[in-house]
Amino acid sequence: METEKKHTEENKKLDKNEIVVDIDHISKSFGTKEVLKDINLQLKRGENVVVLGKSGQGKSVTIQCIVGLLTPDNGTVKVFGDDVAQMNDEQLKELRTKVGFLFQSGALYDSMTVRDNLEFPLTRILKITDQAELDKRVEEALEGVGLTDAIDKLPSDLSGGMRKRAGLARTMIVRPEIMLYDEPTTGLDPITSREISELILDMQKKYKTSAIIITHDMECAKITADRVVIMNEGTYIAEGSFDELKKSDDELVRSFFNETT
Amino acid sequence: MAEQAITGYKRWLESVGEQGVFFKSFFRNIFRGGFEWSEFVRQCYEIGYRSMMLVGITSFIMGLVLILQLRPSMLQMGAESMLPKTLAVSFIREIGPVIIAIICAGKVASGIGAELGSMKVTEQIDAMEVSGANPLQYLVVTRIIATSLMIPLLTIIGDAIGLFGGFLALNFTDDISFSLYFHKCISSLEFIDLFPALVKTIFFGFAIGFVGCYKGYNSNKGTESVGIAANSAVVTASLWIFVIDAVAVQITSLLFYR
Repeated sequence: METEKKHTEENKKLDKNEIVVDIDHISKSFGTKEVLKDINLQLKRGENVVVLGKSGQGKSVTIQCIVGLLTPDNGTVKVFGDDVAQMNDEQLKELRTKVGFLFQSGALYDSMTVRDNLEFPLTRILKITDQAELDKRVEEALEGVGLTDAIDKLPSDLSGGMRKRAGLARTMIVRPEIMLYDEPTTGLDPITSREISELILDMQKKYKTSAIIITHDMECAKITADRVVIMNEGTYIAEGSFDELKKSDDELVRSFFNETT
Repeated sequence: MAEQAITGYKRWLESVGEQGVFFKSFFRNIFRGGFEWSEFVRQCYEIGYRSMMLVGITSFIMGLVLILQLRPSMLQMGAESMLPKTLAVSFIREIGPVIIAIICAGKVASGIGAELGSMKVTEQIDAMEVSGANPLQYLVVTRIIATSLMIPLLTIIGDAIGLFGGFLALNFTDDISFSLYFHKCISSLEFIDLFPALVKTIFFGFAIGFVGCYKGYNSNKGTESVGIAANSAVVTASLWIFVIDAVAVQITSLLFYR
C-alpha cells in the first residue's frame, strides 16, 4: 500500500516531459552475433513509444536491458536517472516495482490459478498479506481486463488472448509507472489483437503509465503509438509519428512499412 | 578429432564451473531470508506423496523377488532361516536406498528438469524475477530441500514395504509368522546398517534435486531443450547416485568396519 501511495505521489510531482528511460549507445552481443548496435532511445513520462521491427532484430533484448534481465556490453540504460547496470539486488528489486513487463507469451505460472498468478506480485512487491485486500485487488484487476470469470482457472484452460489479458492484469496490478510490452499481440487473431491494443491504450489513460511497446503488428502500432521507432539489423533507422513514417521519403523505412503491414 | 576432444573438455570444464556457481547461489539463497514455505510444502507433497505409490510398488516387488531368488541357494546351503536377515541387511543397507533413489531420479529429477526447462522457455522464470520474487529461492531452494528431505522418507517407507514383500514371498513356501519374520529382520539390523544408509539417502535426494534444478534452470530457450533438460537430469542424477553410493560405502567401511 505504502509503495503504491509513494508511486502515485511521485507520479503527480514529476514533469510530463521528464525522461523516465534513457538508453544511451547500448550494444549487446551473444557469442559472435551482435544483436544490438549502438541503440539510443528515450521514453518520456506518459508517452507510448512503439518499437517496430522484424523478428530477431534485438527489440526484446533492448527492453530486457531496461529491467536488468540482460546487461548491455557497452553504453548505459538509465531508468528514473539511475544506471540499471550499477544497481545491486535490492535496487533492482525496487526498480522492478516501478517497471512492469508483459512477456510475449503472457508468462503465467502454469502451476498456479489466475488468482494465484495475480496475488504473486502483490504479496512480493507490495507485501500485502490481508486476504480480503488481495481478493479485492485481484477482482479489480481482472475486471479491468474483462476476465473475472477466469479467476480460478489454470493458464492451460485459457485461450491465447485470455492469457495475454491475465498477464497484463498481473503486470498492471502493482500499478507500475513504466510498462514494457514484448509483442503483446503476437499469435492472436485480428479482433483479439485490436482488443489487446485498446486495452494497452486504456491502461495508459487510466494509470498514466509510460510504455515501450515492442511489436511488428502495424495495427497495434497505429492504435497505441505516440511515437514510433523502427529498428533494423540491431540499430534504429527512423523515428517519428506513425503517419510521418508511413509517408517517409526513405525507401528503407517505407519498404519496411510495406513489409510489416 | 583432437580439436573436438579439446572443445568437449572445455565445455565439460565450463559446465563444472557453472554447477559450482549454481551451488553457491543455492547455498546463499537458503540463508537469505524470506523462505518460500508454501512452495516448499507443495514440493514436499509433489515429490514425497506423489512418488509414494511408485516407490511402494517397486519396493514390494523388489522384496518379493529377492526372497524368491535367494531362497533356492539358501536352501541348498541349509541357511533358509537366514533369509529374513539376508534380505533385511541387503535391502536396508544397499538395495532399498539405491533402487528408490534411481526410481526417484527417473520421476522427480526429470519432472523438475522439464518443469523448470519449460518455465524458462515460456519466460516464466524471467517473469518471476521482474515480479519481485527471487526465482532461485522460489524454485530451486524449495525443490532441493524438499528432495533432500523426501527421498530419505520415501526410502524408510520403501524399506518397510520391501521387507513386507519379502515376508509374503517367504510365506508362499514356508510357514513363518509375521511377528517372527519381522523380529528376525529387525534383530539382525544394527545402528551401522541404518544410519549410514539413511545419511546417504539425504545426499541422493540432494543430487536429484540439484541436478534437476540445474538442468532445467540452465536449459536453452527452445522446446527441444525441455526434453534435453529432462533427459540429461535423469542420466546425470542416476550417475551421481552411484558415485555417491560408492563414496558412502568407502566412508562407512573406513568408519565402522575397520
